[in-house]
Amino acid sequence: MSERKIIDARGSFCPGPLMELIAALKLMEIGEEVEIWSTDQGTAKDVPEWAAKVGHETVDSGEKEDHWFVVVKKTK
Amino acid sequence: MSKKVLIVGGGLAGTIIANGLIRHIGEEIRKGDVSITMLGTSDTHMYQPGLLYIPFGKIRERELFRPQRKVLDKRVIFHIDPATNIDVENKKVTCNSGTVHDYDYLVIATGSRLMPQNIPGLAEGAHWLYDLEGARKMRDALDKFEGGKIVVNVNAPHKCPVAPLEITFMLKEYLEGKGLWDKTEITYTYPIGRLHALEPVAEWAKPAMDEAGIKYETFFNTKEVDPAGKTIESEEGVTLDYDFLVTIPPHNGAEVITESGLGDGGWVPTDRKKLTHPEHSDVFVCGDTTNIPISKAGSTAHFEADTVIDNLASLLTEGRWARDYDGKVFCFVETGMKTGTYVWFNYETPPNPGAPSQMIHWFKLAYNRLYWLSARGLL
Ligand SMILES: Cc1cc2nc3c(=O)[nH]c(=O)nc-3n(C[C@H](O)[C@H](O)[C@H](O)COP(=O)(O)OP(=O)(O)OC[C@H]3O[C@@H](n4cnc5c(N)ncnc54)[C@H](O)[C@@H]3O)c2cc1C
Repeated sequence: MSERKIIDARGSFCPGPLMELIAALKLMEIGEEVEIWSTDQGTAKDVPEWAAKVGHETVDSGEKEDHWFVVVKKTK
Repeated sequence: MSKKVLIVGGGLAGTIIANGLIRHIGEEIRKGDVSITMLGTSDTHMYQPGLLYIPFGKIRERELFRPQRKVLDKRVIFHIDPATNIDVENKKVTCNSGTVHDYDYLVIATGSRLMPQNIPGLAEGAHWLYDLEGARKMRDALDKFEGGKIVVNVNAPHKCPVAPLEITFMLKEYLEGKGLWDKTEITYTYPIGRLHALEPVAEWAKPAMDEAGIKYETFFNTKEVDPAGKTIESEEGVTLDYDFLVTIPPHNGAEVITESGLGDGGWVPTDRKKLTHPEHSDVFVCGDTTNIPISKAGSTAHFEADTVIDNLASLLTEGRWARDYDGKVFCFVETGMKTGTYVWFNYETPPNPGAPSQMIHWFKLAYNRLYWLSARGLL
């Protein structure tokens, strides 16, 4: 499996972290993981909620010094 | 030895950079110390935002075009010879004709392209106005439209983040003007859980759509379109019927980027402050082609270009960097046929749109003309 991809969406107002994630997932293979970084607290809630809706897996999420992070695995 | 600046892409970003740079280093160009070469795909320059008005008969096609040679300062060497390979290790760019250009500084400004073919059935079933051919077809189809269900479908990533809202509100007023609104229902779909990526714009759009009687479906990532059955289905499991489907197709970066192994999906990894390739400080990246997580818009390209011009001019004349890009973006938003608003933001400051007004709509119309001054590096 390839290395986990990181999307640094800190300071991103538009298109915003979730849109970046959606675009990145399209280019990935099933089974690969992506970690998104965001300065927007909403991301910590929005991303897992969306992933659950579509059927992707949220592997990890939490807070680091200056950002929230969520790791999503592409499952379909 | 004379220094060579090579710009790949003669759209908005490439053109502003070429013209702007010339204005700073005229002396060096005159003495033959620096040369600026641009590689493009066409002898005409198109004002893309003008496409928005084509399906509604609000602009004449010829207003969108100027000869690229006239838009460019005559001191810029211009070849219509698309790049087929960009080799940043060996500092060489190969073109369609077989010519190989070397450089001291490279600017990648190859923009983005529409990829409706990335979603099954979308190209066959939908209309779009993001290129001239699509806008013409949409105009002809709208001429024949007699009412029914319209779906305005937004896919990511795409350039010009506000265009989908503009199209939606303009469609409504267009149909009202034709007396068809009573027989029409518009549903707007958006990939995330609100009506626009920018929260304040989404907050403005929701009551505006409610008041206009426009329906919406959020968390809608298009899975496929059935052109025969006239349905569109989302990854989230929602299916909508349509009589007329308008899409903002998903985009990729230019083919040459993927083929040169420069970035997934054609998006070039870019340092968000220096606007250079992270491993090659002699390679600048500007406009839609960057992987920076901000809007892909002409305005973004313009503010980025200003930074690239300042840094290139300083590097060429004084051997030092001038400044960083702060993430600034400014966008006009048409809120109907007669009113508009605007948003601006940067990496630190969130957007905060004001109340729509007729004056801001007029500003946008004025900008449609001023564009050519901006491309020339004068604005
Ligand atoms: C309908 C519509 C409405 C819009 N409205 C707005 C708006 O209101 N405000 C706003 O700010 N932005 C708007 N935009 C977005 C704006 O037009 C783009 O973001 C902007 O043009 C990006 O500039 P660019 O130079 O990165 O790319 P482009 O202007 O697309 O230029 C890229 C150039 O690179 C060339 N190229 C590609 N591959 C190669 C190659 N291999 N070799 C050489 N050249 C190559 C292409 O031919 C093209 O000329 C709109 C766009 C559309 C379609």
